[in-house]
Amino acid sequence: MALRDKQGRPLVAVTGMGTVTSLGQGKDDTWAALTAGKSGIRRISRFPTEGLRTTIAGTIDSVEVEPFCAPMLSERLAMLAAEEAVGQAGLPEGDFPGALFIAVPPVEMEWPQREALAKASGENGDVTYKDLLKAAASGEFKPWHDLFIFGTVADRVADRFGTRGSPISLSTACSSGATAIQLGVEAIRRGETDAALCIGTDGSVNPESLIRFSLLSALSTQNENPEGASKPFSKNRDGFVMGEGGAALVLENAESAKARGAKILGYVLGCGEKGDGFHRTRSSPDGTPIIAAIKAGLDDAGVSPDDIDYINAHGTSTPENDKMESMGCMAVFGERMKDVPISSNKSMIGHTLTAAGAVEAVMSLLTIAQGRIPPTINHAVPDPSIPLDVVPNVARDATVNYVLSNSFGFGGQNTCLVFGAEPK
Amino acid sequence: MRDVVITGIGLVSSAGEGLEPHVAALTGQAAPHVDTERFAPYPVHPAVALDWDRQIAKKSDQRQMEAWQKLGCYAAGLALEAAGAKEDAALKNRMHLIVSAGGGERDYAVDGQILTGLRQAENPGVFLNERLMGDLRPTLFLAQLSNLLAGNISIVHGVTGASRTFMGEESSGVDAIRVARERIASGQNDIFLVGGAYNAERPDVILIYEMGGFLWKKPYLPVRERTHEGGGMILGSGACFMVLESREHAESRGAKALATVAGVTSDRGRRAPGSVGKALRAQAETLGARPDVVISGATGVKGITEDEQAALTELAPTAAIHATGDVVGHTMEAQAPIGVALAAALIAEGRAGEALVTSVGHWRGEGAVRLTKAP
Repeated sequence: MALRDKQGRPLVAVTGMGTVTSLGQGKDDTWAALTAGKSGIRRISRFPTEGLRTTIAGTIDSVEVEPFCAPMLSERLAMLAAEEAVGQAGLPEGDFPGALFIAVPPVEMEWPQREALAKASGENGDVTYKDLLKAAASGEFKPWHDLFIFGTVADRVADRFGTRGSPISLSTACSSGATAIQLGVEAIRRGETDAALCIGTDGSVNPESLIRFSLLSALSTQNENPEGASKPFSKNRDGFVMGEGGAALVLENAESAKARGAKILGYVLGCGEKGDGFHRTRSSPDGTPIIAAIKAGLDDAGVSPDDIDYINAHGTSTPENDKMESMGCMAVFGERMKDVPISSNKSMIGHTLTAAGAVEAVMSLLTIAQGRIPPTINHAVPDPSIPLDVVPNVARDATVNYVLSNSFGFGGQNTCLVFGAEPK
Repeated sequence: MRDVVITGIGLVSSAGEGLEPHVAALTGQAAPHVDTERFAPYPVHPAVALDWDRQIAKKSDQRQMEAWQKLGCYAAGLALEAAGAKEDAALKNRMHLIVSAGGGERDYAVDGQILTGLRQAENPGVFLNERLMGDLRPTLFLAQLSNLLAGNISIVHGVTGASRTFMGEESSGVDAIRVARERIASGQNDIFLVGGAYNAERPDVILIYEMGGFLWKKPYLPVRERTHEGGGMILGSGACFMVLESREHAESRGAKALATVAGVTSDRGRRAPGSVGKALRAQAETLGARPDVVISGATGVKGITEDEQAALTELAPTAAIHATGDVVGHTMEAQAPIGVALAAALIAEGRAGEALVTSVGHWRGEGAVRLTKAP
């Protein structure tokens, strides 16, 4: 088998994968729960939820960090996922032979820290930022500078795994995880590196993050039955459910992977992307950018729509996304789309935001390896405007050679990846 | 590999709008603009007043953005204009975008009220929920999200190839230019809009750097003169975007190249005395740098500033060494793009044949960009 693709570029193999989600720690636990149709969505116990419209999320409550805050949890989730991935790849601990691309949630200081600064200021009247600055000048809060700047999670992961060069911390909103993989693929194809550690991580279920999405009316408010709230492609879907997660993939130049005797788990065959300048949170009504991103991914992979056996949907469970994604897929796949299984991991894991594209990449590759398609759960009321095979409620055995994984985000971000058991 | 050239620059800061006032400030013809009052004891370099309408036509778009996004969007418009791309919808539809950015600002009044109220609240968690639900503007989130500067550029200017946003303070600015350059040089893409934006006139960012002890709190001094008195950085507001494209692509559309981006390096390592100088010497060698002008991204932070200066004097003994910080202050994610823009301007004006732009992060990350005359 040639180790270059049809365009003469190095093939990009996946040799290690790791995940942690609300369904479990490690890809095997997550996969088992995912194919059993279990939901990881639960009532939020981490902070009081009185006064909130949404009180559920796919939190990861088994991982403890101190101080508890989004960058610490995101860092920990990234570490756990990367340990599993690098371990599976059989690469040396602490001496990763390539670059790091990591999708991290935008971080900032959180309320417990602001409160601590306010208290330390000694101000008993109205608190302003002047008081917080006074407390900051004491030097007692020095570690929080490092904790709350944007490059720190990447820096610590780079230290832990010994990746090479300047680590890239990135955001393309809800398609960030896919973009991290795309950057790794591109670097390997350009010959800059033979290996890339690509990670998506998000541990940002905290009051303010949840409220920000809530104020944009993006979240499901069907709190009564948490496990039933995320219902992608259903007529009664009413928003996404926030989730936490981390996922890591070790990508390698297939040639060097084979040369070192690594087991190849699958290939990232193609990456496509397209910007959308229509609106900050909505897609162009005619779906042009989504369609262009899917087509670009297929073209880059050198496959045709007919080759795709399964679509791992972005499928957020928002009225807007699922409608537009469905429309985009139907436009690209035509009549055949009625028969192409498409399911949403988010029905069970929730929307892991920055991590989603990476989590779903791992699940896409497991779908290929296991020959089993995870379902879209909570599918009781089909949406007549979405006439698709969403693999309702129950996993299904199938031969899957090529998977398309979609990721879309606020700010006009559309990223589509194509995975394969073997190159075409 | 293909040559990568800069064909348009959009720059705004405390020094003004466009290249001219910046080059004047760089060459000592204009004093830096510093505001010592507004955030005393922290001086900042405030952005000049801009007529937003000139680059962000719709008021509705302006209302959706906070200052960092407006600065970035404005500079992006200037860059497109300078590159002769602004009116070419088809070109912008395939133009890619890499933005280096942090995050957006907060509602400072709301934060203060909440902190005041939390002290007396019977149930602080519930109080926080109620106040945030009631007091946060729904659209503020979109002005905070890191990737929404790119999103706004797509909306306002129609640059819709696809965008990626890099975070990570100073390093993100170098890496944005590095990755864009590699994608063009390798033939993956033809044309990019690359840059970053920073608003320093924000108590929350001053707070982060004050916690770390990085800020200069004395009367204004140029970057290199601060280290004798403890060192520190003065944050500056500004934004810079550049159109980068392959030489062939620029020629085919009749665009004039200002300079060639001959190489970009970026790395990180554990900081220790001498480590910054060592990193820069190694990178200059990798780049084959023979600069006759150096545009340094020095912060003024003690230790690393002197270390960099010593290395620069050694590796470019005859070069004029300028600090971007002396022109615009420290603009964090936008610092490397601004340095590259200044270098390109000097080359385009024939004041330099080759330039080296450095980026030494206040806390981590070292990078360098080598620019040469356009072919």
